[in-house]
This record gives sequence, structure tokens and C-alpha cells, in this order.
Amino acid sequence: MMGKPIATTRSATGIPTGRLAVWWLLASEIVIFGGVLASYIIHRIGHPEFGDYAAHTNQHIGFFNTCVLLISSYFAVRAHHCAETGDGKGAAKWLYYTVGGAVMFLCVKSVEWTIEISHGYTITANAFWSFYYTAAGIHASHVIAGAIVMLWVASYAKKGKELQRVEYVGLYWHFVDLVWIFLFPLLYIAK
Amino acid sequence: MAHPITEQQAPHGHADAHHDDHHHEQSFWSKYVFSVDHKIIGMQYMFTGMFMAIIGGFFAYAFRMQLAFPGMSVPGWGHVSPAEYNSLVTNHGTIMIFWVAMPVLIAAFGNFLIPLMLGCDDMVFPRLNRLSYQIFLLSAIVLLASFVVENGGFGGAWTAYPPLSAKAEYSLTPLGSTLWVIAVALEFVAFLMGGINFITTMMNSRAPGMKMWDIPVVVWMIVLASILFMLSVGPLIAGAIMLLFDQTIGTGFFDPARGGDPVLWQHLFWFFGHPEVYVVLLPAIGIVCEIVPIFARKKLFAYKTVLFTAFATGVLSFFVWAHHQFIAGIDPRMANVFTVTTVMISVPLAEMMFVIVATLYGGQITLSVPMLWALSFIGEFIIGGITGIFLGASGSDIYFHDTYFVLAHFHYTFFPIAIIGVYAGLTHWYPKMFGRMLNETLGKIHFWGTIIPFNMIFIPLFLLGLAGQHRRIWSYVNFPELASPEMQNLRVFATVSLVIMLLFQLVFIFNFFWSLTRGKKAGRNPYNANTLEWVAPSPPGHGNFAEMPTVYRGPYEYSRPDRDEDFWPQNVPAESSSS
Repeated sequence: MMGKPIATTRSATGIPTGRLAVWWLLASEIVIFGGVLASYIIHRIGHPEFGDYAAHTNQHIGFFNTCVLLISSYFAVRAHHCAETGDGKGAAKWLYYTVGGAVMFLCVKSVEWTIEISHGYTITANAFWSFYYTAAGIHASHVIAGAIVMLWVASYAKKGKELQRVEYVGLYWHFVDLVWIFLFPLLYIAK
Repeated sequence: MAHPITEQQAPHGHADAHHDDHHHEQSFWSKYVFSVDHKIIGMQYMFTGMFMAIIGGFFAYAFRMQLAFPGMSVPGWGHVSPAEYNSLVTNHGTIMIFWVAMPVLIAAFGNFLIPLMLGCDDMVFPRLNRLSYQIFLLSAIVLLASFVVENGGFGGAWTAYPPLSAKAEYSLTPLGSTLWVIAVALEFVAFLMGGINFITTMMNSRAPGMKMWDIPVVVWMIVLASILFMLSVGPLIAGAIMLLFDQTIGTGFFDPARGGDPVLWQHLFWFFGHPEVYVVLLPAIGIVCEIVPIFARKKLFAYKTVLFTAFATGVLSFFVWAHHQFIAGIDPRMANVFTVTTVMISVPLAEMMFVIVATLYGGQITLSVPMLWALSFIGEFIIGGITGIFLGASGSDIYFHDTYFVLAHFHYTFFPIAIIGVYAGLTHWYPKMFGRMLNETLGKIHFWGTIIPFNMIFIPLFLLGLAGQHRRIWSYVNFPELASPEMQNLRVFATVSLVIMLLFQLVFIFNFFWSLTRGKKAGRNPYNANTLEWVAPSPPGHGNFAEMPTVYRGPYEYSRPDRDEDFWPQNVPAESSSS
């Protein structure tokens, strides 16, 4: 294992390099989701019938999942708080709770999609359902990625190592949460 | 003239202590294949890019031969079928932009130069850097694989407009088009990772004393290009996923019969595709801005103006994309807006050209090989820029759209970027990369053997375009108004010029490998240049600098009247100035 290069230890801006990198990562992610959402909104405006299709989504499940993500974001904040005070074990514990939220979100999503697919609302049914599954699917892949990274960060934090990463993965998790805050009304509620 | 390198103890001197630990013997695999060293990764990008350039050039040869001698069996290829022609044209464009211009101009020069010019030992995330190259290599392999699958490679043009690209029954390349989308998407991921590395390295890892306005222009340009890429590619990544789903699982995002919209793809594509022009242009201009002050022995004229015009170009580049779609059925009022923004964006670019010309004014110009490339960049790019105004104005574009006028125009922009810019950078930094000088005579033969045929290829294509010759046509034999002997002669002329130009590239390849062992030893600073990479040994070892440099001034202090020497390296403190 090589030591970190001098480059990594410098900070001309005063901002830790890892945090800078996460912000740039989020900037690139924002435009990816921005592209999906802009395409969807343009279609939505041009196709009033999308509202009828959207009526077949399950708002209760969607709302429940929104709450799950919001609560998991709170756990991520607690993890960050622990990491700031040097409590690696506490940070790991709260990260595991956050991952629990991610798993819960994915389980609920699976049930929801199973119900919809069994009613014939598949990804190829029409353009609305194509967007529905694609947008939520890209989001879900970010949930999975976030959960894996959190487990990895927690495995270091448990030993009191690389505690700054707790904050970075937390930033990412808040972003994943925020994307859902946009997706939920656009896909489920807007008539 | 040898200059004593002032060894400065960096404030981070304590961090240097663990530095020597790295100098253990590494195996071939860990040193050259799985290296995390920015210089090796830069070389990997460069050699991969050059390999892909050979393929892209060979494709151009094959389809140009078909156009000059329709139906003839092309030596080295054989008979070019219409489907093969489409695939060759598509992948020539794809390769030259995504697998040559980007890896060499941004990734190779960025990886090699950024840590050296900023005075640090590596990128801030070396392992992320290695992963970026590995994903890039994978993307190249996927693209190459797409040529040999059943029904051949994708033939729906590098812009991949649906519905042609979205359905196998239209594209006739069910697997080829899917592999093409996957390869392009992987390439984007690789450059997003590399870009985050470049941006954070520039922001955080500069040598002590190096302020924002002390950063060499080429570093700025590569970082700005990375930011532009990052902010423009997102919608196309989303679009690529949608296109992939249309191809593979039968969604209808771009299928009007099922509520989709094919023009949406054009918006997503060009929202990225036009900034992409500047993504590759800015690093090329940065390279020119490094070379010209050194070989004119003059301070770069208006350093900050160059940067502000680059910022302006970057911002404006997000508002010009629909000039590619004037005949795609967009609202004519929108066409007016995009005409105005497109004409506006030529102002900052013209200003950059003026800055370079002003740097030359009154300088002691040496026409070395890198300088010849740098100067020819300006001359050739201006032709590309000026012909662009005719295409940016919707009135004339309606006539020129999809003719060879467009094709010649963007080759007059992309050739200066991807070929001239690359050769300028390669010949300039070759001594630093390999520790030897290239042969100047061979370099000049190669330069003239490239530049003259290049103009001989594309000036006839302007004329053919003005005469109405449409793009993406396999053979003009069946178009009586385009099959006249005069037009066919121009096609033959362009094709022969291309073959001459390709043959002259052998001179460069020979020079490159011959000079690796036979070239004159370069020493640290063969050009008496100021920027920090010339402080390091040639080639720089692991960790780059024996002592990490400290910076005292900007990068272009040449021929100052108050100094005996005509250069003043960034790391030399003021008190030791008079020698």
C-alpha cells in the first residue's frame, strides 16, 4: 500500500480535497438527473394524457418511501455528527441505520413495481411508464451505490479511520434523497 | 544555457520525508500497466489515443477511396459495401472525437502536465486516475468489438439520431449499435472521473505561492474543458440510457408512434455535442498559448483576457446547440435566438486568436517544429471559424445543411484541434516525456507533409459542398447532377491528398521511435522555459521533483528588460534573479 501523494495532502482552497471532489461529482450527477427530468417535463407538457397514466401510480407507497429516505438522511446527519466528534463506532452505527433505510426503500420499491407490472404497466407500455421506470430506476441504482459506499465507509469508521469520508458519503446521500424529492411529485402527484 | 535550479524547501517539507519510500523496485506490471503514476497514465492515454487515431485514419482512407473510385476494391480493405461505408463514416467520427481528441488532448496532456506544471508529485486521487484509464480502455475495446460482431459496427452517424439508431430494423446493426452506445457511455464515465481529478488537483494541490493567476494557461484550459464536459454530458448520459432502452427492451422514448420524440435526442445530443467542440478546443488553444511565448521569447499577451474569453466561451457554449437543428423542425423564432448566440461565441474565440497574434508581435520568433504547429493552428482554425459563421446563421445554413461545406468546416476546426494541437503538444513536451529531443528536420518534413495535403483535402470539399454535394452518400454515380467529371475529379484530388497526408505520418512515427534512443539528450530545460515542468528532470522520476518547488511569479516572464537572462522560471526567487 502506497502512502498518499503530497498532492493529496495539500489544500490551496482550504476545503478538503475529498469534499471538493464530492461536490463536483454531485454537479455531474445533477445534470444527469436534470437531463432525465427535463426530457420528462417536456414530454409531460406535450402529452396531457400522461396525467391519466400517473393516476395509476400508488401515491401512498411513494409517500412512505419519501419518508423512509428523509429519515435515513437524518441518520446520515447523526453519523456525520459522531464522526466530527471522533466517535467512529457511533458513526458506523448510524451509517448502518442509513443503509437500513436504503434497503427498506428498495424493498418497498420492489413490491410497488411488482404490483404495477402485474397490472400491465410495464416499461414498454407507453412513454409515461418508460419514464417512470427509467427515472426511478436510475435513482434506485444510486440508492444501491450509496448503500454499498456507506458500508465501505462504515467498515473504516468502525476502526476510527478515514472519518472525513462519513461527511462525504453523507453529502452524496442527501443528494440521492433530494433527487427523490423531485421525482416523487413529478411522477406520482402531478396530474 | 544551463540555469542553476534553486532548490527551495517547500513548507510541506515534512511530507517529503515519506517520499523516498516509493523508490523501491516495481515490477513491469505495477510500473507500466497498473501504475497510479500520473505520467504513466498520461502515456497510456496517449498511446491508446494514437492507436485509435491509426484506426480512425485508416477508416477515412477506406471510405475516401470508395468516394473517389466507386465500387473499386480498396487496397487493404476490399470492396466497401453501403453498410460498411456507413459504419466507416460513423466510427471515423466517433473515434476521432471520443477516442483520439479527448484522450490525447485532455487525458494524456492533462495527466502528464497538470501535476508537473502545478509543482506537485501526482494527481490528488491516483487510484481514481488509474480506474479512469481502465474504464477508458474498456470503452475502446467495446467499440473495437462492435466492428466485428454480426452485421458489423453501427452506421447511423456519430450523432446517432433516432429513429435510425433506436431500432435494429432501421439501423440493421442490432448488436453494433448497442455496443456503440455502451462504449460511448463508458468513455463518458472515464472522463468524468478524470475530470474530477483534474479540477480538484488544480484547486487544491498547487505549489506553495502559486496563485490562481500564476497557473499556466494550458492547465486552466484542460480544467475548464473538464468542467464544461462535466456540465454538458449529463443530459446525454441520460439520453444514452434512454436510447439503450429503446434499442434493447423496446421503450419508445424517441419513437413518435408511441408518444416519444426523436428531436428530443437531437437536443440532448447537441446540448453536449456543441460544448464538446470547446471541450477539445480549449486544451488545444492552451497548448498553443504555452508554445508561442517560449518561441517568441515574449510574455503571453493579456493572460487574464485569455482566461476570461475562455470563461465566456464556456458559458456561451451552453446556448448555441440548436444551430445544429435549424432544419430539424424547430421553431423559427428559436432559430433566431440560436443564430445570435452562435455569432456571439465567435467573439471570444476571435479574441483568443488576436491574443496569440499580439504575443508574436515584436517577439524573437524561432520557427521550431512545435512553433510551426502552433502557428498553423491559428491559420487553419481561423478558416474553420469563419466558415462556421455561414453555418451559424440560420438563413445560409438551410442551404448548407448536411452538405460537404459543413463537413469541410468542422474538419477545419477539428483537424487543428485533434491533429495540429496534438502534434504541437507532442513535439513540444516530447523532451520532457522521454528525455530526448525529436529530430527537427524530420519534424519539419512531417509538418509540411501534413499541413499542405490537409488543405488539399478539404478546400475541394468546400467547393463540392457549395455545389450541393450531400454528406453520407455511398456513391454519387446515381446522382446525375453530382456525378459530373469535374466533381469527381475534385473527389479524386481530395482522396489522393489524404493518402499523401497519411503516408507522411510515417515520418512522425519513425521520428518518434528513432528519437527515443537516438535523439539528442534534452536536459531539464531545453527551451529555457519558465513553467514548473521544466524544473523537473527529463523524464521526471516518480514524485516528479527532487525538492517540491515554490512559486514566485506568473508563467510567462520572458525577455524582461531588467534581467540579463531572457527567462525567469516560476520557482526562482527574486533575490537570486541577477546572474
